[in-house]
Amino acid sequence: MTRTKQAQPRIGSIRTQRLVGRIVGYAAVAALLIFTLYPFFSMLITSLKPVSELFNRTLSPFWVFHPTFKNYEDLLTQTSFLRWFGNSLFVAVISTGISLTVSTLAAYALSRIRFPGADVMGSAVFAVYLVPPSLLFLPLASVVAHLGLDNSLWSLILTYPTFQIPFATWLLIGYFHGIPEEVEDSARVDGASRLTILRLIVVPMALPGLVTVTLFAFTLAWGELIYALTFISQSMQETVSLGTVTQLIRGDAFFWGQLMAAGLMAAVPITVAYAFLSDYYIEGLTAGSIK
Amino acid sequence: MLTGYAFVLPAAIIILGLVGYPIVQAMYLSLTNARVGEPGHFVGLANYVALLQNSVFVQALANSMLFTVVSVTIKTVLGLAVALLLNQKFLAHRWIRGAMLLPWVIPSTFGVLAWLWILNYNLGTLNWILQALHLISTPIAWLSDPILARGAVIFVNVWRGLPFFAITLLAGLVAIPRELYEAAEVDGATGWAKLRNVTLPLIVPILSITILFSIVMTISDFNIVYVLTRGGPLNSTQVFATLAYQSAFASGNIARGAAISLFIFPALLLSLLFLLRLVRRS
Repeated sequence: MTRTKQAQPRIGSIRTQRLVGRIVGYAAVAALLIFTLYPFFSMLITSLKPVSELFNRTLSPFWVFHPTFKNYEDLLTQTSFLRWFGNSLFVAVISTGISLTVSTLAAYALSRIRFPGADVMGSAVFAVYLVPPSLLFLPLASVVAHLGLDNSLWSLILTYPTFQIPFATWLLIGYFHGIPEEVEDSARVDGASRLTILRLIVVPMALPGLVTVTLFAFTLAWGELIYALTFISQSMQETVSLGTVTQLIRGDAFFWGQLMAAGLMAAVPITVAYAFLSDYYIEGLTAGSIK
Repeated sequence: MLTGYAFVLPAAIIILGLVGYPIVQAMYLSLTNARVGEPGHFVGLANYVALLQNSVFVQALANSMLFTVVSVTIKTVLGLAVALLLNQKFLAHRWIRGAMLLPWVIPSTFGVLAWLWILNYNLGTLNWILQALHLISTPIAWLSDPILARGAVIFVNVWRGLPFFAITLLAGLVAIPRELYEAAEVDGATGWAKLRNVTLPLIVPILSITILFSIVMTISDFNIVYVLTRGGPLNSTQVFATLAYQSAFASGNIARGAAISLFIFPALLLSLLFLLRLVRRS
């Protein structure tokens, strides 16, 4: 009797404490989400604003009262946005395809086949993973010029693998290590070549990893700016990141709606892919920095 | 064994030809007086000497250091706080993690456009809020005041990089066995003591890796400064990457540009040495 009497108020206060803790926790998460997501919300609202609302400083920036697709219409009809979008798609798809093929082969060899120099190569891949484009863009500009690829989308298809391959290989080595070697044994006994084993057994098993790496590589190509800025100077050859940043940013208020529409439309393909793959993506992100 | 070499060959060719060779080429270029369209000749360390006497470069050097130290510090502290917050059981929602990561997922080129708008002098949200709350009477020029613009670059850098810190550190926290906390509780440890004596020591490896990665990415960043300020006003937010680009293509001085971008190299090399040791251990 006495024990329950003493215990009750304590349980009550622990419950209150927990409740307060939860409220504080939810409030902190809400603040965090506002901080991280407000810019995207702001882009959406602004892109839907008619010029009259964009200019009116007394109206709330948090809402649009007469939403219109005018900015999107103008962006698609009066600028080369669609062309830039298509260019980016072309460059990102081909460079990602090349990088993924090359990286899968390299990662498989580095994680499965023991050969002299494999360790050095593994470390080299990691080292190159860290080399930033801002260190390479100048000498690469002369490589691109020597090959006569100035103002060609192929200059980007040639150079984007320089940042895609190192990190794709590094991530894939991790994924391949996670697949038990025994699954390959019976196929090897049957005399299947390494390439056949890779194609028919390892790749299907590593599919979640490959899909994540594809998304990462595609995203890097999609948002790349400094190489495009350096190698491309004709509007028709620009990518979506380059065109948006160089042609649509003009202190002129009439362009804000279009600029936000452009940023949002460019972000959509990545966001949609990410929405379906976020669990794999997070796993890949943490694996990339741990392994 | 031959198969091994054959599989690695394409990657090796691309890495050697398009990363290894260009780095060497950049080092050579930085020792010449090459300009756009002119190969130039060897001038020794003249470019480096000239740079260190150039006030715009010294500003860019100071900015690169300042932005990296301040934003990586903020990202580390806030990232740890956010990771601890999201490690609470009742907050472990997939969609919170997923939504929080968006500034990192979406290429910075596009995300930063939103900040350009929010920080706009006349029409931006930030000045609107401050005026609506009567905290200021006239708008503040966030991006055209040298000091505020530097603050803005750091702020946007934190916005972009915080999710990366939070998610990798969260992965580190989740991996800590519960028994360790229970043992600490038996010994009478409270929240703060558990954080200091159990959590922090155990996440040091992943924390170090994240910080080193972030240092390299922050010191070499081009996109945020280029989109937000183009290095302005009056070169007050220039960093290595933007100034290298400007020297090489606005002024045509390729050799000077190469020398500027090579100032990223020591930070890269140091981080790499530490990272390789950490990665090999784990």
